[in-house]
Amino acid sequence: MTTQRSSRRRIAASAVAVAALLSTAACGGGGSDDEGDGKAPGFNAARAKTANASDKKGGTLKFIGTQDADSWDTTRGYYGFAWDFMRYYSRTLMTSKPVAGKGSAELVPDLAKSKAKISGDGKTYTYELRDGITWEDGKPVTSKDIKYGIERQWAQDVLSGGPIYLKDTLDPDGKYKGPYKDKAKDKLGLDAIETPTDKKIVFHLPKRNGDFEQMIAMPSASPVRQDKDTKSKYGLKPFSNGPYKFQSYTPNKKLTLVRNPEWKKSSDNIRKALPDKITLTLLTNSDEMDKRLINGDYDLDINATGMEAQGREKALKEYKGNVDNPSTGYIRYAVFPQTVKPFDNIHCRKAMIYGSDHKSIQNARGGPLAGGDIGTNMLPALVPGSDLKFDPFGIAKNEGAADVKKAKAELKKCGKPNGFKTTIAVRNNKQVEIASAEAMQASLKKIGITAEVDEYDGAQTTGIIGNPDYVKKKNYGIIIMGWGPDFPSGQGYGMPLWHSKYILDNGNNNYAMIDDPKIDKAFADAIAELDKNKAAQKYAAINAKVMEGAYYLPFTFEKNIIWRSSRLTNVGTTDAYSGRYDYAVLGVK
Amino acid sequence: MLTYLIRRLLAVVVMLVVVMLAVFGIFFLIPKWTGVDVATMFAGKQSDAAALDGIRQKLGLDDPIIVQVFDFFKGILVGRDYVSAGDTLHCSAPCFGYSFKTEQAVWPILADRLPVTLGLAVGAAVIWLLIGLAAGVVSALRRGSIWDRAAMGIALSGVSLPIYFTGLLSLAIFSYGLGLVSNEYTPIEESFPEWFSGMILPWLTLAFLFGAMYARLTRATMLEVMGEDYIRTARAKGVREPVVIRKHAMRSTLTPIITLLGVDLGALMGGAILTETTFSLPGLGQAVLKAIGEKDLPLILGVTLITASAVVVANLIVDLLYGVIDPRVRLA
Repeated sequence: MTTQRSSRRRIAASAVAVAALLSTAACGGGGSDDEGDGKAPGFNAARAKTANASDKKGGTLKFIGTQDADSWDTTRGYYGFAWDFMRYYSRTLMTSKPVAGKGSAELVPDLAKSKAKISGDGKTYTYELRDGITWEDGKPVTSKDIKYGIERQWAQDVLSGGPIYLKDTLDPDGKYKGPYKDKAKDKLGLDAIETPTDKKIVFHLPKRNGDFEQMIAMPSASPVRQDKDTKSKYGLKPFSNGPYKFQSYTPNKKLTLVRNPEWKKSSDNIRKALPDKITLTLLTNSDEMDKRLINGDYDLDINATGMEAQGREKALKEYKGNVDNPSTGYIRYAVFPQTVKPFDNIHCRKAMIYGSDHKSIQNARGGPLAGGDIGTNMLPALVPGSDLKFDPFGIAKNEGAADVKKAKAELKKCGKPNGFKTTIAVRNNKQVEIASAEAMQASLKKIGITAEVDEYDGAQTTGIIGNPDYVKKKNYGIIIMGWGPDFPSGQGYGMPLWHSKYILDNGNNNYAMIDDPKIDKAFADAIAELDKNKAAQKYAAINAKVMEGAYYLPFTFEKNIIWRSSRLTNVGTTDAYSGRYDYAVLGVK
Repeated sequence: MLTYLIRRLLAVVVMLVVVMLAVFGIFFLIPKWTGVDVATMFAGKQSDAAALDGIRQKLGLDDPIIVQVFDFFKGILVGRDYVSAGDTLHCSAPCFGYSFKTEQAVWPILADRLPVTLGLAVGAAVIWLLIGLAAGVVSALRRGSIWDRAAMGIALSGVSLPIYFTGLLSLAIFSYGLGLVSNEYTPIEESFPEWFSGMILPWLTLAFLFGAMYARLTRATMLEVMGEDYIRTARAKGVREPVVIRKHAMRSTLTPIITLLGVDLGALMGGAILTETTFSLPGLGQAVLKAIGEKDLPLILGVTLITASAVVVANLIVDLLYGVIDPRVRLA
């Protein structure tokens, strides 16, 4: 006994010593950057406002990340961080205003001289190009380059992956077959876009669309020069028309941008182009990434999906001044496919919403700081028309506790007073989602619902939960997911989730299988509305209609904890880039 | 000897073909049978019907399985083209496939990362062989002494502590804490001292685990050998002890060590996933981990083939070495 006790004591002592070493030695002084003054501007100093304003040029801005872009080809990239970063080497007719916070959601001219001249019927958009815009070989960027860049969206069989809003809006019937199958000599056969001169571009829309300029501001509307188009390989070395160009790139390893000497500051009101060089280092271990950030080896996480628990705790405790806690514009939620029984019955769906313990789910996601506020409806803060206080199910009441009484009453109405069995589908590569599924599972047990958690391969999301037949076959009554706006509008957020035309055999995002002509019509009305305020009200009404159907249980209005080094200048989170910093204006001390 | 070599080489080829067929089946056939469209794994967030068609066409997913397998073999031997809608991607031999996630042929990706893994494996092997053999021999010869107990005590902890623990601890102390070595990998062609500084902790961590196993194996084998009749005979003949150990005991002791080394090195060539992840080394292990996460099937297939080849080739070399180390073994 004595030996056992003493050896236990010894083990405990060693464990304590090791833990102490790990926690103390893991940091060599965050923010004590070689070139900076080491002073961090404070907690949330860059949340929706600019910290460390400066025009100092030079130095190397060092990004780190655990996820490479899905593609650096402007036509193909769909990750939000990639869109933010693409502004270094790619410009669009319009872009988001380079200011922190809400103001960034406003669109301002970039390649265009001014905002579009819109015809009376709202179907024609005309832009004049500004002077001095050039490619990295010094040749001018023309309207034809922009048209060709946009036409690439039609070549989905070669350039898959990116958003296709412009394709759907300009050519809803899919008449044009894309530049690679274009019989026209100049490969510019898309009728919906005219280029009367090199400095003028005209878009003809078959129907009005109040968000058209938002689509024009997406990187997938960037110019691409035909003679430099390497098709599916373009993302390995895009041809630049911005202040920086690719020097070297090894996917999943390292990307280095250097100055593009042909870019003229006088032609660009958006980008500050302060650092001489921009590097991106990619790792696979996010804990190690956090350590390197805290250690001052890197400036910021390009993915900005939030620090891991260990790094977060350390940062908040010891380096709070280097941390921001922005809203990401994402809503994390559970969705109930109506094709899976008994979720065809609205009362069974309501029982899930009332019966879940929202607070415990919020905690499973990291609490109010790292997880976000308890979600009450399905329209996130960054989308006009959003009202975070709109709470039709009283979710946020009683600090998010479950309303067992109401849940049981709904179960009775649904004809399942003793509960039922179902399956929660959750991606196996998202620990937070697994934790939320388990928290939901525990709270549903109290109202008699046995929910089995099925962790499916997260890399096959499009083919598994994106396939309605598969969902039905596997009895996935609850799917855990998250969604953020592609652009700040109800169309850019809600269409793929709630419109019946987005019910697809593969790559479906309308998991709830909402096929409601009233919702479809409401979308058509809202899209055709050119008055932003009126459109916002219409999207708010669609949100109310979706909530009424009880298809979704919103978990959180997501927030996260992101790191910025003390030497970063002009740093501020933006609504336009889902709470990320505006990369185009960053500099280093 | 020549017949033996030819026989073994043929066996290697057969083995590799079997491994390849198995991996091909696991990645391309099983998802199909479970109702998942393989093409969706290659499409991004936006999987338009045309995009899926393009992927199917490029990868030949609609072709009969036998054609797909044939194309894969053809690619390895003479290279192949992936064609879709006028976009032709040439993948030169040895074409292990084309990663549509990164738009690169698999072989250049592997070739870029192989030196990192090779450097890690070989460097660590040198250290663990030196330490493991020395500790094992000393322990065996001074059985029961303080040296034996200390060496075996350390070896026990080496075997029982996982790499992510020793790795993180060493990083925390020597890199983040004392700042003695780099926490970052620098290619050897950029700077040898930086490369060395970045590799020393991974080497030691990996060597700590393997060295411990080798020390225990060396000690056990050595003890057994030292009790053999021919050792007693040698001593009786008046041969000096160092010569007995070097010439007679070590040769027999080395045989199982070399066998193990062959297998270990071969397996490590597929990427020391834990070590590379802990130290963020851009080697094959990191690539395959990422590939598994993203279901980048061609890349996984490529790394599996490299690992399988490395293991069988290392085993072949080991078998050939037996004859050199131990003259009693003759190849027939």
